[in-house]
Amino acid sequence: MARQHDEHESHGSLKSYVIGFLLSLVLTAIPLVVVLNDLMEGTPAKVLLLGSAVLQFVVQLFYFMHLKEEKKPRYNLMVLLLGIAIVLTIVAGSIWIMTYNKVA
Amino acid sequence: MAHANHTSSAAHGHGHDDGHHDPEALRMMGFWIFLITDCILFGTLFATFAVLHGSTAGGPTPSELFEMGGVIAETFILLTSSFTSGLAVLSMNRGDRKGLIGWLAVTALLGAAFIGLEVTEFVKLVDEGAAISTSAFWSAFFTLVGTHGLHVSLGLVWMISIMLQLRKRGITPVTRRKVGIVSLYWHFLDVVWIFVFTIVYLMEVM
Repeated sequence: MARQHDEHESHGSLKSYVIGFLLSLVLTAIPLVVVLNDLMEGTPAKVLLLGSAVLQFVVQLFYFMHLKEEKKPRYNLMVLLLGIAIVLTIVAGSIWIMTYNKVA
Repeated sequence: MAHANHTSSAAHGHGHDDGHHDPEALRMMGFWIFLITDCILFGTLFATFAVLHGSTAGGPTPSELFEMGGVIAETFILLTSSFTSGLAVLSMNRGDRKGLIGWLAVTALLGAAFIGLEVTEFVKLVDEGAAISTSAFWSAFFTLVGTHGLHVSLGLVWMISIMLQLRKRGITPVTRRKVGIVSLYWHFLDVVWIFVFTIVYLMEVM
C-alpha cells in the first residue's frame, strides 16, 4: 500500500531534503554575511542578494517540492512558468512605470 | 518513460490509472494552481513595496528601526520548519503515523515561534512610531509582511486540524493528500519569506 504510492505525489528521499536544507542554509548565510559586514555595495550587492534568493527558490523547487520528478505532461511546471511570467511583468512593469513617470 | 510517448506515459507508476486521472492527484494539482495565484498576489505586494520603498514622508526609516537579530532568527526558524515538514512527508511514506504527527508538531511549533517573533517585531515598530498609517513605506511594509504572517497563521490552524484527523483516521489516501498539500503550502511560504527577507530586510539595511 505504502510502496505503490511512492512514485507519485510525495516522492523525495531523506538525502534530497538534507541537501536542499544545507544548500538553503548556505544561500541564506552568504547574503547575510555580505550585508552585516558591508562587504559589498550598490548594484553588485543587489545582484548577489537577488541571485542568492532566486537560487534558493530553485533549490527548494527541486529538493523540497520535487518539481523535477513530475511526470509528463508537466502541467505543474507550465503553470509555474506562467505564474513567474505574470509576477515578473507586474513587478518589473510597476517599477519601470513608476521610475520614469514621476511628476517633478 | 525512456520512450516518452505522449499519451501513455502518465499511466506508468501507479496501479489504478486506467485512462482517467487519480482524483487525489488532481486535487493536488488544483492546489498547485492556487499556489501560483497566491504567488501573483505576493507579486503585486512586492511591486507595491518596491515602488514605495523610499517614501517614508520624513518619518522613521527602515534602517533606523529594523533589528536584524529577530529577523535572522525568523528566517532560520522558517527554513528549518520547511525541512521538518519534508521529514513529516518522509515518515508518512514509510507508513509511520507517530513520526508523521511528531514532525508536523515540530513544524507547527517552529511556525508558532516565527509568528511570535513577528508579532513582537510589529508591536515594537508601532511603539517606536512606525505604524501602518505612518507613511507609504510602512503601509507597504505591514501589508506585505503581514499578509505573509497571516498565511503562516492560517497554515498553523490547518496543520493542527490535519494532525487531529491523522490521529483519528490514520494514514489514508485522503489524509495522505492533505499532508502532501499542507507541506507544499509550507514550502511555498518559506520561498515567499526568502524574498521578503532579501528584498524587505537585507536590501533596506544595506
